[in-house]
Amino acid sequence: MLEVDVASRLGSFELNVAFSGGEGVTALFGPSGSGKSSVIKLIAGLAAPDRGHIALDDRLLCDTSARVNLRPHRRRVGVVFQESRLLPHFSVRHNMHFGRWFCPPAERRIEEGPVVETLGIGHLMERRPETLSGGEKQRVAIARALLSSPRLLLMDEPLAALDWERRREILPLIERLRDDFSIPIVYVSHAVEEVARLAARVVVLDRGRVVREGAPADVLHASGADTGDRFGIASVLEGRLGAPDVDYGLTPVDHPAGRLWLTGVNGPAGRSVRVVVRATDVSLATERPKHITIRTALKGEIAAVNGTGPQLSLDVKLEGGAILVAAATRRAVDELGLRPGVPVFALIKSVAIDERPV
Amino acid sequence: MIDLSPDAWIAIGLSFKVAAVSTLVLLPVATALALMLARADFPGKALVDGLIHLPLVLPPVVTGYALLLLFGRKGLIGAFLDHYFGIVFAFRWTGAVLAAAVMALPIVVRAIRLSIEAVDRKLEEAAGTLGAGPVATFFLVTLPLATPGILVGATLGFAKSLGEFGATITFVSNIPGETRTIASAIYTASQSPDGDLEALTLSGIAVAMGLGALVLSEVIARRSRRAL
Repeated sequence: MLEVDVASRLGSFELNVAFSGGEGVTALFGPSGSGKSSVIKLIAGLAAPDRGHIALDDRLLCDTSARVNLRPHRRRVGVVFQESRLLPHFSVRHNMHFGRWFCPPAERRIEEGPVVETLGIGHLMERRPETLSGGEKQRVAIARALLSSPRLLLMDEPLAALDWERRREILPLIERLRDDFSIPIVYVSHAVEEVARLAARVVVLDRGRVVREGAPADVLHASGADTGDRFGIASVLEGRLGAPDVDYGLTPVDHPAGRLWLTGVNGPAGRSVRVVVRATDVSLATERPKHITIRTALKGEIAAVNGTGPQLSLDVKLEGGAILVAAATRRAVDELGLRPGVPVFALIKSVAIDERPV
Repeated sequence: MIDLSPDAWIAIGLSFKVAAVSTLVLLPVATALALMLARADFPGKALVDGLIHLPLVLPPVVTGYALLLLFGRKGLIGAFLDHYFGIVFAFRWTGAVLAAAVMALPIVVRAIRLSIEAVDRKLEEAAGTLGAGPVATFFLVTLPLATPGILVGATLGFAKSLGEFGATITFVSNIPGETRTIASAIYTASQSPDGDLEALTLSGIAVAMGLGALVLSEVIARRSRRAL
């Protein structure tokens, strides 16, 4: 159990956040400059707050009123930085053993074998960091942090410096280590897909403050509205995989409001999945369109129209109760007469759907 | 073979001994000072920095005279060291080491400081989050990454110590076999009526050794730049 309640002032930037993190992944989510990385630094002990306290389980890491501020090496908090920060004069193997040397033998819970296997880095052990690709570096950095057997793992935008392909490779690995090593993780990201996929709990930050916290499905569809970033708004829908259409390479996800189609053949039928849909990938129609390439149309009704500018976000209450957010111009909303209570079809381009196992 | 008097060979040998010991003494001292200047913030830092660099701008004879006042047999520190530890610098080869080390200190500190400042502090932070305390981080991260600069500092310090003259002759005089280094031997030879050839030969040797050390330090610097 992580408890954070800190205030800090850095120049004109004021940070004032309080949240708690439990088992699994707690995501710190927000646009750049919202203070996410500052919070990571405070938890790791790389910066000291002006006031407040940070506690991990029964251990006080920092408390300004009690004048406690443990140095980073005494916190047993592992960090995966955005730029892997591997030590250039050590091999991959020695980088990975670095944290292990300093971990008291009695506290070494995490063994090298399973970590190396999960992250698929066995063949890299004798290499020097400068010979690794970006994705390989990041895997080694994750392994290194894990092998120090930390009580908490902080991941500060670990995928931000990687291309899309690499992210797609590493994200499932992070998921596996979350499940296999039962280590609480605080995961910083401004990518809504990563957060939706990994997090048990999301803390949304904006301009140094917590604006919202809760389960991803409850929090993410509103987060963009809080921060004014319409590309940060996404909805999380839960459904069940159907039998794939192998000829066309498509897999249906059955949702009470209709069928969604995923590209590719995704796992066994009947499995529960989480689907993330960005608000900007959703179009609304007042009747089911026939001549259109979009094959996914979910039934629902307008629950709310949010915003005042030229771009509005509409909450659609789907059949079955889930909320799906759609972005639309104010002009379109006016011309179609969209207001709360109006029945609509939400059109989702199948390519815009990304499957997330629950 | 080079035609030199036995005394000249002794001077060359002594110069090497003085320069080697001076370099060995300088390395830990200069590294500690460089680390302090590169990483610590304390009141009077500019003054400490200035004091270290003073031998670079003072006439060497002033540095030598100051050493004589401080480390001479009756000097403030010299009397103390003599009385309690039996360590004497005045008119001994160890005094030549001290003079050479003090004169070489600024350039050695400067080279090491630059290389420590070039070590990415983010790597030190990462080591900290992996459980390494400040001392372990210094020896496992900062020092290895600064090693090229420290080697450059060492070669420069060695070269400077080989050729030190002004402070040495003021502090420990020009005693054959004890404090007469190459530089003092050249001076002596140049002052005697038939010493021209010897002065010239010794000067050539001094140039060769100095140039050799400078080239070596440049090679080290270039190698390490390529490695990083």
